[in-house]
Amino acid sequence: MGLVDRGRLPKPLNSLLNLGRSYSMWVYQWGLACCAIEMGAAFGSPRYDVMRLGVIPLPASPRQADLVVISGTVTDKMAPAIKRLYEQMPDPKYVISMGSCANCGGPYWDSYSVTKGVDQIVPVDVYVPGCPPRPEALLEGVVLLQQRIRNEDMGARWRGEGSKPIVVQDRASVKKGEPSVV
Amino acid sequence: MTSTESLIDRRQMAYIAAQASDARLNVELETEGMTLNIGPQHPATHGTLRIIARLDGEQVVWAEPSCGYMHRGYEKLTEVRTYPQVTTLVNRIDWLGSFANEVPFILAAEKLMGIEAPPRAQWIRTILFELSRIANVSLFLGDLGVQMGAITPVFMAFRDREYVLNLIEGATGGRFHPNFDRIGGLKDDLPAGFIDETRAVMKKLRTFCDEIENLLFGNEIFQSRMRGIGVIPKDVALQYGLSGANLRASGVDWDLRRDQSLPMAWDKVDWKVWTHPDGDAFARCWVRLQETREATMIVDQLLDSIPSGPVMAKVPRIIKVPEGEAWVSTENPLGEMGYYVVSKGDLGPFRTKIRSASFNNISVVPWVLKGVYVPDIITILASLYFILGDIDR
Repeated sequence: MGLVDRGRLPKPLNSLLNLGRSYSMWVYQWGLACCAIEMGAAFGSPRYDVMRLGVIPLPASPRQADLVVISGTVTDKMAPAIKRLYEQMPDPKYVISMGSCANCGGPYWDSYSVTKGVDQIVPVDVYVPGCPPRPEALLEGVVLLQQRIRNEDMGARWRGEGSKPIVVQDRASVKKGEPSVV
Repeated sequence: MTSTESLIDRRQMAYIAAQASDARLNVELETEGMTLNIGPQHPATHGTLRIIARLDGEQVVWAEPSCGYMHRGYEKLTEVRTYPQVTTLVNRIDWLGSFANEVPFILAAEKLMGIEAPPRAQWIRTILFELSRIANVSLFLGDLGVQMGAITPVFMAFRDREYVLNLIEGATGGRFHPNFDRIGGLKDDLPAGFIDETRAVMKKLRTFCDEIENLLFGNEIFQSRMRGIGVIPKDVALQYGLSGANLRASGVDWDLRRDQSLPMAWDKVDWKVWTHPDGDAFARCWVRLQETREATMIVDQLLDSIPSGPVMAKVPRIIKVPEGEAWVSTENPLGEMGYYVVSKGDLGPFRTKIRSASFNNISVVPWVLKGVYVPDIITILASLYFILGDIDR
């Protein structure tokens, strides 16, 4: 993998690799609260069906996952488990923070036991706002992440020079030149 | 009572015999006990609960739930919110049947203020209450299959639950958390076409119940995994303070919708409280299935008899609740849910005690898990049906 993490992969090979990565994402469901139902509706129900986008829900373990959806309220008691989950995932890994609670604490912004945003613990790639977001919003977040992965410079990613996180429904957060479904 | 006593005796005898035989086996094979940690998070659940179980071979010797992974501090937060803001919060306690959480709190506040919602508002409240019960329990019926290893029912549940969520969204604007209840009535009247659409959806939901009954409850494998598993006798259920379908499945004829006189419309329609004498996992699930079907009938009857008139009583623009204390509880999808509101005459409550059903319902877990085999742990937990937000609040 030396070629990849130094960013010396030939361009056609790189885009082929990115294409493959973007359409075979194993997503780990970290359902914590209300949003988990909407995530379940997006991933498990016949109406929203995420598999048509090339995303495979329910891997056996976070060690097989490329993407984790943190959906719901993160409490201080739960936070160490999320940190450990993130550390168990293999690189390159992506995090979708779903719902207001995971984004910033949501309606519990002044609670004594709630972590005010999962981004205090792990880096977040996509924020999906809403309380809870509709399943369509989560699917849009997944699609935007796939588009970003397709144009990604692997070297930069591995060096930790990631781009700014995507916010669903916010045009400014999507990079110029990136095709957008917003 | 003699039958339940002999049941406990038989249960204890079986447990002691199993322990003794396992102990002999353990001496021969020199096996050690092991601690199995279930949770705090599982991809098939929505919420976080940890069960610590000490095993001896394949049998549970000791088990205890560890709560608090989902604790969000509701009771403290209500002290710094105004009355209309509290409903936004309490929506999210039991997130599958959100509207049902608002109702007891609003009723408690109305009791303190000495006002009552107009009849049409009471009817619509009851309709939405039962719709949220259907939305809640239909997902349970699908999820039940997943816990046993059958995938199909959950797709059917999500398919038919969407229709109910669309109804709730059409009436309230919120798919999940309506926040529609106001002190003195409702935010809005029903939209045009709601009644016809609801009738059609209720018909679909009854078909869904029939499908689940044929596919799941009539299945031989399902029955052999559920019948006689996790038996909770009547007296134990009452001692542990179980409520809702868990209590009715133990043969206790208890339903707050019928036993209490609240300003709601349940006493205006004809319906039945379902009970089951067995008290095992199958009984708990069966009672829930019948209740879902009964709820669709309640909604149908309420739609026929819905009165006309305003949906909001005369209340001041800025709501100040007079000094006093009030306790109101209702029969929520999971069981008895109540609020004890203490008011000091301010804009918000001085103190609120929330009694949620799941917290009491899982208190029986250490008792019921003692002596069962490992595969039955999941069956029993699934059949007890708790929502994690409802446990930890």
